[in-house]
Amino acid sequence: MTKVYSVLLCSGASCISSGGFSFRDALVDELKKKNLQDSVKIVETGCVGICELGPVAIVYPDGVFYKKLKPEDAKDIVSEHFEKGRAVSRLMYKDAVADKIIEKATEMPFFSKQLKIVLRNTGVIDPESLDEYVGKDGYTALAKVLTQMKPEDVIKEIKDSGLRGRGGAGFPTGLKWEFVRNSQSEQKYVVCNADEGDPGAFMDRSVLEGDPFSIIEAMTIAGYAVGSNKGYVYVRAEYPLAIKRLKKAIETAYKENLLGKNIFETPFYFDLEIRVGAGAFVCGEETALMHSVEGKRGTPNTKPPFPADKGLWEKPTLINNVETYANVCQIIIKGSKWFSSIGTEKSKGTKVFALAGEINNTGLVEVPMGTTLREIIYDIGGGMPEGKVFKAAQMGGPSGGCIPAEYIDTPLDYESVKKLGTIIGSGGLIVMSQDTCMVDLAKYFLDFTQDESCGKCPSCRIGTKKMLEILERISKGRADESEIDLLIHLGEQICKTALCGLGQTAPNPVLSTLRYFKDEYYEHIREKKCRANVCFKKKK
Amino acid sequence: MKLEDLKKIREKMEKSTNLREGKGRIKAVVGMGTCGIAAGARDVLSALMDEISKRNLSDIVVTQSGCRGLCDVEPIIDVYEEGKQMVTYGNLTPEKTRRIVAEHFVNGSTVTELVISSK
Repeated sequence: MTKVYSVLLCSGASCISSGGFSFRDALVDELKKKNLQDSVKIVETGCVGICELGPVAIVYPDGVFYKKLKPEDAKDIVSEHFEKGRAVSRLMYKDAVADKIIEKATEMPFFSKQLKIVLRNTGVIDPESLDEYVGKDGYTALAKVLTQMKPEDVIKEIKDSGLRGRGGAGFPTGLKWEFVRNSQSEQKYVVCNADEGDPGAFMDRSVLEGDPFSIIEAMTIAGYAVGSNKGYVYVRAEYPLAIKRLKKAIETAYKENLLGKNIFETPFYFDLEIRVGAGAFVCGEETALMHSVEGKRGTPNTKPPFPADKGLWEKPTLINNVETYANVCQIIIKGSKWFSSIGTEKSKGTKVFALAGEINNTGLVEVPMGTTLREIIYDIGGGMPEGKVFKAAQMGGPSGGCIPAEYIDTPLDYESVKKLGTIIGSGGLIVMSQDTCMVDLAKYFLDFTQDESCGKCPSCRIGTKKMLEILERISKGRADESEIDLLIHLGEQICKTALCGLGQTAPNPVLSTLRYFKDEYYEHIREKKCRANVCFKKKK
Repeated sequence: MKLEDLKKIREKMEKSTNLREGKGRIKAVVGMGTCGIAAGARDVLSALMDEISKRNLSDIVVTQSGCRGLCDVEPIIDVYEEGKQMVTYGNLTPEKTRRIVAEHFVNGSTVTELVISSK
């Protein structure tokens, strides 16, 4: 029977934890009561992105957006909207800037200013349905690759697109694929890094939860391109829903012969397995990750040798991040020219940012590379809460640095943010106001990396510990002025000498805040004053 | 799954997801205000949906609206078609509704005697 309405109910982890399923159950009950269950279809989708307003739902065909749904709201939605065709305005989004109620999702600046490639299907399709994925061009890319393209053609397409690694370092993806392709070995591996450990970033989780087939398809394409027939997805244990949905998607793909032998009746075969991490931040570092996949202790190695030469079990290994893979199928379908037309000269495509902190619309947003911080915060993010003034934004989490208010019009791309001393990183974006103390911020992140340091190399193990001790003294007003220079010296040495990416980037939050907010550090030491009123609080 | 299956599923699903997003060839809006429901709009809606699914029409979006102020000619269906005038059918019954599906939606000719206004 034709359905009159489709309710796209966000079933991302965030909306579920804010009560999405109790609303769903109430909705189902209410529909039964009114005998409307045949005319309304409920589709549980992945994350819609605007997590602050959860649980959210979008009702089609009208496209009405409902927010903060409670079980008791089901009654009104059914009796007003589904029975009488009148959308319930009290549950709609109110735009704080324009001070008006917005009915349709497409009219909300949060959605209309985004460009979705990576998140194109999350929040739109049922992540557990292969049919819905195929309906959105799913597996078109793999079919094209296996039947019409040589592995070299695939690599050329990815290279021409200008796609760069979205895990943090921004290394050209096509080049990496070519290195692995050119490595001579009987056995090669394809790995997906889904050990998203950056506090506040959750785009990888969202893709795995909302569009798991896109990663399976992209990894299969990668396998064909580099000459591998075995893949691993390394997911952190803290993402149970992502693991569950990915597992189900892998089972379905095997059943439909989209994994395994003779895919699309070609000689190509590809196997895929999930490896679940055990909650160590350092396992997001590729060499540590591969040790963990092998069942060893998750500690890093020096590079070279790079994974492309000697990776998993000493075999050539391709390792990319979830968001990077999520771009692959679209590049194959729409072509490298299309992809490279988006973004800036050296940073192509889009980037997903996880908005957190002092911002009205916290959640996930995807924008073309080169979008300014101002556009993200004020247009898409809905601005700062009342009474808050923008001070800085922390980018790239514990490995990144901050962008102060005077650089708010900086376009966010790999090169521009590097000039400011930070990184795009995985895309964590924490917005801060006058109420954030920069010393405290640096201390928070250093405390995190210090805690997560694996202990293998002394620079990271002892160096970050010493830095943290100095920061703690500063925040208590017990430090000496000369210790600021020591802090910078230590930081620079650790960046140069630490074994892996975790250690090399651990001092960044400290060095970056020292670069822009040195006076705050001196204030703590000289005046025993914290202008954000965070430090020196008397314990009750 | 074979290449042919892929194409079939895509075609089938494209239609249903397009409908979900309101991208149909024809959009039929049934007046479901109190007046409409009292005049039998619910039966009209059921007949409309039943006929559409019986004929396997997958490019028609059905939605509901509130009272349009034409209470004396309820039940009403507004038909929107790209590039054409909006047609309003009134005083409907399930039988008349099935006729609209057959003659208007399938054969493309407006059922003139059931039209109460067009603009």
